[in-house]
Amino acid sequence: MFDFSIITNWLHDFLMGTCGFAEWGAILTESVLVALAIITLYAVFAIALIYMERKVCAAFQCRLGPMRVGKWGLLQVFSDVFKMLTKEIISMRQSDLFLHNLAPFLVVTASMVTFSCLPWNMGAHIIDFNVGVFFFLAISSIGVVGILLAGWSSNNKYSLIGAMRSGAQIISYELSIGMTMLAMICLTGTMSFSEICQDQYVNGWNIVRGHVPAVIAFLIYLVAGNAECNRGPFDLPECESELTAGYHTEYSGMHFGYYYLAEYLNLFICAGMASTIFLGGWAPLHIYGLEGFNGVMDLVPGAVWFLGKTFFVVFLLMWLRWTFPRLRIDQILSLEWKYLIPFSMVNLVLMALCVAMGWHF
Amino acid sequence: MFVVLAVLIMLSSLATVMTKSIVRAATYLLFVLLGTAGLYFLMGYTFLGSVQVMVYAGGIIVLYVFSILLTEGAKDESFKRKAKDASWGFLLSLVGFVAFLSVVLTHQFKSEVLGGPSESASAVTTISSIGHGMLSSGEGGYLLPFEAVSVLLLACIVGALIIARKR
Repeated sequence: MFDFSIITNWLHDFLMGTCGFAEWGAILTESVLVALAIITLYAVFAIALIYMERKVCAAFQCRLGPMRVGKWGLLQVFSDVFKMLTKEIISMRQSDLFLHNLAPFLVVTASMVTFSCLPWNMGAHIIDFNVGVFFFLAISSIGVVGILLAGWSSNNKYSLIGAMRSGAQIISYELSIGMTMLAMICLTGTMSFSEICQDQYVNGWNIVRGHVPAVIAFLIYLVAGNAECNRGPFDLPECESELTAGYHTEYSGMHFGYYYLAEYLNLFICAGMASTIFLGGWAPLHIYGLEGFNGVMDLVPGAVWFLGKTFFVVFLLMWLRWTFPRLRIDQILSLEWKYLIPFSMVNLVLMALCVAMGWHF
Repeated sequence: MFVVLAVLIMLSSLATVMTKSIVRAATYLLFVLLGTAGLYFLMGYTFLGSVQVMVYAGGIIVLYVFSILLTEGAKDESFKRKAKDASWGFLLSLVGFVAFLSVVLTHQFKSEVLGGPSESASAVTTISSIGHGMLSSGEGGYLLPFEAVSVLLLACIVGALIIARKR
């Protein structure tokens, strides 16, 4: 298995030895490099996901999707990005400008920090705390504040209603995400993302190891994660037939672009978390007893495994989105509070029982 | 790094009490709380930092903003400040500051005895040791406070249900 820490260690030694940096200087340079890498990846994945969303949506609706700009419409998203960048940012009277301009940055910052929690490869963890999963949940809850502020500062009742719906929905579904993650932590016995992946590399993927409770947790996580991203049948905060565009109605230019970016990257992060916690992260597919097969699988780099699994889950979520009609707000809340939370609590107990009795693999 | 965080916390907390709009005050308070979380991370206590972000930034601030949105909305711009109120407030905060300063200066901190936390995060408190501490009933265990808090939370849930139920 290729260990990415070889590269990072080499870079550190290179900066310290050949370039003669001091310890703090080397760490500062590395931090800047990592930040640049994250921001670049963030933009690249956003473009890839928007293209994928359009094509998947078109396929489900028996259309072709973007075809005119470039071969198979490949340049469509790039031209959209340039359009967004050159648009004017409109500032309105009668609204709290400071909060109105601050809100998209809160949303995109929360999304970027959670983005850097993802384990890309063995040894390529950017933020890897001992309490990683908990930190991830904590940071992702900051985005709600940005959405609420956006709705309030727009001074528009549709935006406000959209923000309130979004807030209620995200806060509710965070609970069942926490519960399902807790069930999986119960199985792995650690909260650090690197150790979770390492554990699955050695012992097999969690969804196989934890069999029944893990599969239930995975399904609940997919539903709750979809709701957490304000997508799919749960896109109440921005349902255009009722609220024009929800909390980002009044935004223009790149400020709207930040919400757009954050929405797609949250989808990616949600899928990445699913692949980390349930499907092994960068851990390759191992079948017990087939040593040759496992050896061949080990040759594929971990980043490829991680991205492959993540885009598979992204495809599942897009499938959900373009298949089901939108729910009503009371249906969304009762789905969470009356079905998903009790199920995930029972599931947590079931998982604890499995771990305590040693019923897992 | 500490200086950056301390300046951020100080400026935001000043802005919290100086601003006229209540939603802005809540936003500045968010920055104060995030700065405090940053201090915990700086000390290498990632669990407490995450709890700070989760409970305060994700919970309390959202609750504040929600309740502001549900009650007042945009009509909270001008509540008049009288000179008498300001002087009372000044006096009270002076008393509080003196009390705080006297406690800080006279208290024998354990860090002077034990060596204190270092910025390099040498001794990381793991989540399992926190869990064991939380559920142990022996010396230094927190089982009784833990159970008391859970009873309190249960009482809160029951109370909320009674207020919100349909009659």
